Amino acid sequence: MTKPKVADLLNEPGCEHNHKKGENGKNKACTQQAKPGAAQGGCAFDGASIALVPITDAAHLVHGPIACAGNSWGSRGSLSSDATLYQLGFTTDISENDIIMGCEKKLYRAIAQIIDRYNPAAVFVYSTCVTALIGDDLDAVCKAAKAKFNTPIIPVHSPGFVGSKNLGNRLAGEALLDHVIGTAEPEYTTPYDINLIGEYNIAGELWGVLPLFEKVGIRVLSKISGDATYGEICYAHRAKLNVMICSKALVNVGRKMEERYGIPYIEESFYGIADMNRCLRNVAAKFGDRALQDRVEEVIAEETEKLNIALAPYRQRLKGKRMVLYTGGVKSWSIVSAAQDLGMEVAATSTKKSTEEDKAKIKELLGKDGIMLSKGNAQELLRVIEKTNADMLVAGGRNQYTALKARVPFLDINQERHNPYAGYVGLVEMAKEFDRVLHSPIWEQVRQPAPWE
Amino acid sequence: MATITRSKKPVAVNPLKQSPPLGAALAFLGLKGIVPLFHGSQGCTAFAKVLLVRHFREAIPLATTAMTEVSTVLGGEDNIEQAILTLVEKAQPQLLGLLTTGLMETRGDDMHGILKSIRQRHPELDGLPIIFASTPDYKGALQEGYAAAVQAIVTTDYGTPETTEVDPKQVTILAGSLLGPGDVAEIKEIVAAFGLTPLMIPDLSESVDGHLDDDYNSITPGGTSLQELQQLARSRFTIVMGESLRPSAIALQEKFGTEFAVFPNLAGLSAVDAFLWQLAQLASPTPQIPAKYQRQRRQLQDAILDTHFYLGGKKVAVALEPDLLYQTATMLQQMGIEIQSAITTYKSPILKELPCENVLIGDLEDLEDVATGADLIITNSQGKRLADKLHIPLYRMGYPIYDRLGNGSRCLVGYRGTMQFLFDLGNIFIELGH
Repeated sequence: MTKPKVADLLNEPGCEHNHKKGENGKNKACTQQAKPGAAQGGCAFDGASIALVPITDAAHLVHGPIACAGNSWGSRGSLSSDATLYQLGFTTDISENDIIMGCEKKLYRAIAQIIDRYNPAAVFVYSTCVTALIGDDLDAVCKAAKAKFNTPIIPVHSPGFVGSKNLGNRLAGEALLDHVIGTAEPEYTTPYDINLIGEYNIAGELWGVLPLFEKVGIRVLSKISGDATYGEICYAHRAKLNVMICSKALVNVGRKMEERYGIPYIEESFYGIADMNRCLRNVAAKFGDRALQDRVEEVIAEETEKLNIALAPYRQRLKGKRMVLYTGGVKSWSIVSAAQDLGMEVAATSTKKSTEEDKAKIKELLGKDGIMLSKGNAQELLRVIEKTNADMLVAGGRNQYTALKARVPFLDINQERHNPYAGYVGLVEMAKEFDRVLHSPIWEQVRQPAPWE
Repeated sequence: MATITRSKKPVAVNPLKQSPPLGAALAFLGLKGIVPLFHGSQGCTAFAKVLLVRHFREAIPLATTAMTEVSTVLGGEDNIEQAILTLVEKAQPQLLGLLTTGLMETRGDDMHGILKSIRQRHPELDGLPIIFASTPDYKGALQEGYAAAVQAIVTTDYGTPETTEVDPKQVTILAGSLLGPGDVAEIKEIVAAFGLTPLMIPDLSESVDGHLDDDYNSITPGGTSLQELQQLARSRFTIVMGESLRPSAIALQEKFGTEFAVFPNLAGLSAVDAFLWQLAQLASPTPQIPAKYQRQRRQLQDAILDTHFYLGGKKVAVALEPDLLYQTATMLQQMGIEIQSAITTYKSPILKELPCENVLIGDLEDLEDVATGADLIITNSQGKRLADKLHIPLYRMGYPIYDRLGNGSRCLVGYRGTMQFLFDLGNIFIELGH
């Protein structure tokens, strides 16, 4: 990865973070480096994997020592409706000897063997810190292998030490822009073709949303990259509209596709009634087709009615329950909106990774008493929960034990979770989970002192 | 006697291995008031943390020196210094466990020199032992990293204790990576039952055993304490559990003159017999076995009788790290089970002692290729996919185990743990109607 490219991605103009630059002309959130002495989130390689591994019929080969793939393979929550190749862990597992002798030949042979045995639609090759440091020429090896085996071999320049998970997402996006998008044509196109970008089908969330698009007559041409085939990403450039879901992470893909192919993009969320409604309406409005807009209104009316019946018992039980929300970016407000749909209150939410635009929305949603958390280590979260007298913590898996060990009810909202919360059906699922967690009889037991205490 | 072959493939498919730094961090987690600190990029820590959190279902304190591309080129001294000072300020640890990663070993930071100069600049760190282990990702796997950390724990200087007089009751137990927290708890109970005081290196049974504390911990809530580490010189004997820790026992012998015995396995009737007999001899000139264990031994013999109908003649494919593979395969063989195939992560002197013809240093793709025809597969949770594909039941052992509860308390060693293991396997075959 060349330095200028990383700097470009950090200054991505499509990213709202960059509209409020600090004194030195650089934004804070995107260039944020991990600090020594803390436990930090994932690295750029982690971020690149999150964005690309959901491509189900590709092989994902990690070029590095065992830590990068060995400690992480097979643990992503993206589901597939068909191919399972993406679930396998491939790594060159380089040894001391490889480092001394150079590992490019090994990498080439690794690609050859994967193609021979697994016949993948494509091979994504990820560089890591060690192979970047010793200067392996990833591009050259991938190019040679591609020519020899007549299979797309995509280099992903994602050594962990270039930055955070977020930057890794964008590096993955660059790989798609440089090597994949625009390399094939779809069988046919329709006037209502869209791409969904930045939705990874965690716990099968997409499957709660795709039927809605189908119902109103919108075709999802390519998913980038939840439950995607390699082939569908190749022809993503033929869509009429890019819908960016719940993430600034792949915003470079949306912006550059606009530049290169003239495809406009909009940013939407699938969480909660209000957001799901808005998403469908905005997509229809972009097409400007009256009939389509009418169909959207019909579907919204129908779904809302069904939803009101399904949610009625939960709304009663969840009314007035208070949560502290700790998550990133768009989710910091989209989940707020979903919670309010259920009659719950958000006492505090995180704004650590939020843009100014996100923050404005949060302020509007929370009202004057809502607390915006700019930092959130475990102790800080527990302090806020205590101070606000909140009933539960809603956060990513990393904070699960922060809450549980403090005997505080917890719901996982991030990528490792097992329940789909997107779309109308997802909201019912979320309500069920809130109810189950908050009204469990266990809390009394774990808080109960022993008779001799 | 087994022949050892090494996979010649240029690519590992579905790795069986985890990284040595992860193993080292695990060993450090068995000390009280510690934070393991990874010298590498933030991802090295994040991946290890996620794996350990999911396995133990516990908050796991791990920290990173957060090396970037630029700091890697310049060298890691500043980052290490800043990380240590931050941890001392925020978490007030009693011990620090510092370990390297592939990135920093490739770069070649002079760790001893760096630590020396940090200590010179910061005399306030004088009371804080920093245990340093070199664990490049590209050399070995979890077990090797764990062993390197144990070696570092026993060779670090913890200051002069008040007395170095040998305590006739104190026995150092080097607990290898083949033992989980529940196993360690069982071993401690057994040793104490003989009137001896076990000094566990490390003690996972008090940190990642799964218990609810009153306060939030940003350091390990339990484990072997600094005060206990200062008593290492006073042990009258070292018992080594797992061949991989033999070098640590040798180091203790060189440092303090402590004699040792290696027990490569702690499960199965004869292995447990040998361990208990050793304890009895250490405890008294007229060795005696507590009634409780005499009883348990008879229970185990009965369990062996009851389960042999279901286990005898079965073929089992096993993919585990060398020490755990040896313990498991030996026990299976003693029940009349055939080791249909054996896969492991890295070379070890114990491998040639395995009760099977061949052992392959390989991955789970290799296991998939050879396991057809086995009645049971024993490996970590990552074996689920191949077990389903081959329609062979899976018994989970090793790291990581994501899809079973109770990894903090599960015990498969001692007479009791062996019984549990036999019942677990027997029940699988009963369920299948075999």
